[in-house]
Amino acid sequence: MTSPAGLAGPACPMPSAETERVLLGHGSGGQLMTELLTDVITAELGTGEPLEDAAVVGVGGVDTVFTTDGFVVTPRFFPGGDIGSLAVHGTINDLAMRGAIPVALSLAYIIEEGLPIAELRRITRSAAAAAAAAGVEIATGDTKVVGRGAADGLYVTTTGIGLRPEGARPSAAGGRPGDVVVLSGPIGLHGTAILSAREGLGFEAEIASDSRPLHRLVAAMLAAGGTGVHTLRDPTRGGLASALNELASASGTGIEITEADVPVPRPVAAACELLGLDPMHVANEGCLLGLLAPESARDVLRAMRALPEGVDATVIGEVTDGPAGRVSARTLIGSTRIVDVLIGEQLPRIC
Amino acid sequence: MKHLDEYRDPALARRLLGELRATATRPWTVMEVCGGQTHTIVRQGIDELLPAGMRMIHGPGCPVCVTPLEIIDKALAIAARPEVIFTSYGDMLRVPGTSGDLVGLKARGADVRVVYSPLDAVRIARENPEREVVFLAVGFETTAPANAMAVLDAAKTGVTNFSVLVSHVLVPPAITTLLEAPDNQVRAFLAAGHVCAVMGWTEYEPIADHYGVPIVVTGFEPLDLLEGILMAVRQLETGRAVVENQYVRAVRRTGNTAARDAVAQVFRVTDRKWRGIGEIPASGLALDPAFAGFDADRRFATGDIVTRESPACIAGEILRGTRLPTDCQAYGTACTPRTPLGAPMVSSEGTCAAFHNAGRGLELR
Amino acid sequence: MSVEEDFPRGGIVDFDGLRRPVCLAYTPEAAVGDHVIVHVGFAISVVDEEEAARTLRVLRAMPDAIETELGS
Repeated sequence: MTSPAGLAGPACPMPSAETERVLLGHGSGGQLMTELLTDVITAELGTGEPLEDAAVVGVGGVDTVFTTDGFVVTPRFFPGGDIGSLAVHGTINDLAMRGAIPVALSLAYIIEEGLPIAELRRITRSAAAAAAAAGVEIATGDTKVVGRGAADGLYVTTTGIGLRPEGARPSAAGGRPGDVVVLSGPIGLHGTAILSAREGLGFEAEIASDSRPLHRLVAAMLAAGGTGVHTLRDPTRGGLASALNELASASGTGIEITEADVPVPRPVAAACELLGLDPMHVANEGCLLGLLAPESARDVLRAMRALPEGVDATVIGEVTDGPAGRVSARTLIGSTRIVDVLIGEQLPRIC
Repeated sequence: MKHLDEYRDPALARRLLGELRATATRPWTVMEVCGGQTHTIVRQGIDELLPAGMRMIHGPGCPVCVTPLEIIDKALAIAARPEVIFTSYGDMLRVPGTSGDLVGLKARGADVRVVYSPLDAVRIARENPEREVVFLAVGFETTAPANAMAVLDAAKTGVTNFSVLVSHVLVPPAITTLLEAPDNQVRAFLAAGHVCAVMGWTEYEPIADHYGVPIVVTGFEPLDLLEGILMAVRQLETGRAVVENQYVRAVRRTGNTAARDAVAQVFRVTDRKWRGIGEIPASGLALDPAFAGFDADRRFATGDIVTRESPACIAGEILRGTRLPTDCQAYGTACTPRTPLGAPMVSSEGTCAAFHNAGRGLELR
Repeated sequence: MSVEEDFPRGGIVDFDGLRRPVCLAYTPEAAVGDHVIVHVGFAISVVDEEEAARTLRVLRAMPDAIETELGS
């Protein structure tokens, strides 16, 4: 028998596992993306683990939080938002997950030749409205146009800076055994809304993306729980499962959740049922996960539920002492299973 | 969803498990044939709650897993052609062929598209008259009527730039092959509810009778599976071996006549190779000669395909149920859902992927 | 479920708030309001509501096991 190491050799071609080209799945927030980041991006940059949504840099003795994010969503308009509002919300949320109050954003466009001006106007107006509603200024920006075929209509990049108040230190590595795992709202709405808006699958659903800013929710959580708010993460691409796995790995703990306690809206469950997807792998843009010190959990939950974006906040599980990085779920019928990360693209199953 | 939520009720699951424990006096081994059932069993951890010693063997019912390597290689050859839009169910995209998979081919410029239904592929053909649209028509009896209708639809509406690469498989001959194997350990079968919704269960009656095995037509939800297992165990405990129907809300003895007629019109029974198992006589469907014009294999004359399986992979034994994924040297090391060596690691219905995704045996690696 | 006249016979199936056109060619008996089992865009069976209710009645009539016995 060939040794496993020999399988990769030229005499015996490894059947799958494209390694020389970037796949769509490299961008879906799952295991492929983690590999791309660690093996290529941070390896060449010489930086540390790419664990956080935003970086904290000291500027003049003040904790300044800094982040950037590119948006390539198809379609550009979907129930509950568009690429403009999504770009603003996404960057505000990345700042918020480090406990920061957003101060200013930049907005950069790469536009494909031929994009209707009216569409660009509508998206820009939407970005401006989202920023105004969040109380954040769009302070600078950039606009580039590329030839037809060189981009898919419009790509948006937003960069944001925020200030972190004294005392707040939420970090992906902050989880401690015994922490309470809270989720601010139902999962899967954004991904399902995008799927239903996309042509080809032919779905129509009465649901909207959950895209919204979470900085006020975070501020309320920090005010109620202070340093008891150990970790915050918005489970965007890769869904709840990937976020939980990242937090368990970064914290060096286990996480155990109860499947029945994870709120999955009915149309999301139906879409997943039909397409053979796992709701815990579907993207979100308007909910967050918190790992809370047990003594703070009650106050933080009460503060969350007082806000519209946290009204459905609920406890879904607990941080355990290991094994490190292991996320398990108590299943509906009372057994347990491992909650796995998405590998690459979410691909519908046959039945 | 109506007719789903009720069948996931934890209190009723507990009652069924209690009843099962009270009924089973011996460590029975039961096989569920369908990949969808395997998915529920592993995802819900049903097999871990069964009475001590009782075993579920996950059968060869994942269409992705049993599609022969030759077909995957033909799919890759056809999809690589510039005039072709290649359409498929999503989970076929990552099945390893001899050199690569459809996802990798797509990254290199091939026009590969995921569709939810074969009728969507016909629509794509209608919308792109200057291109050749090929659909990878795999699956069991459940999927055959859909693929038959796609061909009938294309024929009736004069869509000539549509063709199908067919590799359909049939369940009863596979069950017979498993029962004939000298190392067979399966004492009862859960038949796939949706296959039987199309085909009925009359084909299973002579099998149950001849081999003395209980066969229970079973649905896909946790309570369906638990009830199906309980019905099989009750038969085993009382020495009966007949076909019973757990999935009464969806399956009738003669199945779906309209669907069977369409399948009989478009396809004919043929010998079929099963990946990991080998050739089984009269175990597949091929296009009837009357529809040869829709045969992608003929249209694109893929010619001689040289296939090569990974030597480390024990997919065949896993699909036959004689070994577990955790018995495989490559499981969780050289072979993971990220780098599958064999098809059962690809689809989340595949036994190896279902085990891996549930974390089975990984702490040992 | 609602029916649209077309070849092949089609209809809109509502999956708990999610709607999709589904081919009904194989369920000629399906009527508006029926529950159907859908596989890859095709209704393959109409759910028998009486049998469904009966299955659940049988399950609910089973004695409840002692929780601790099952380790839950």
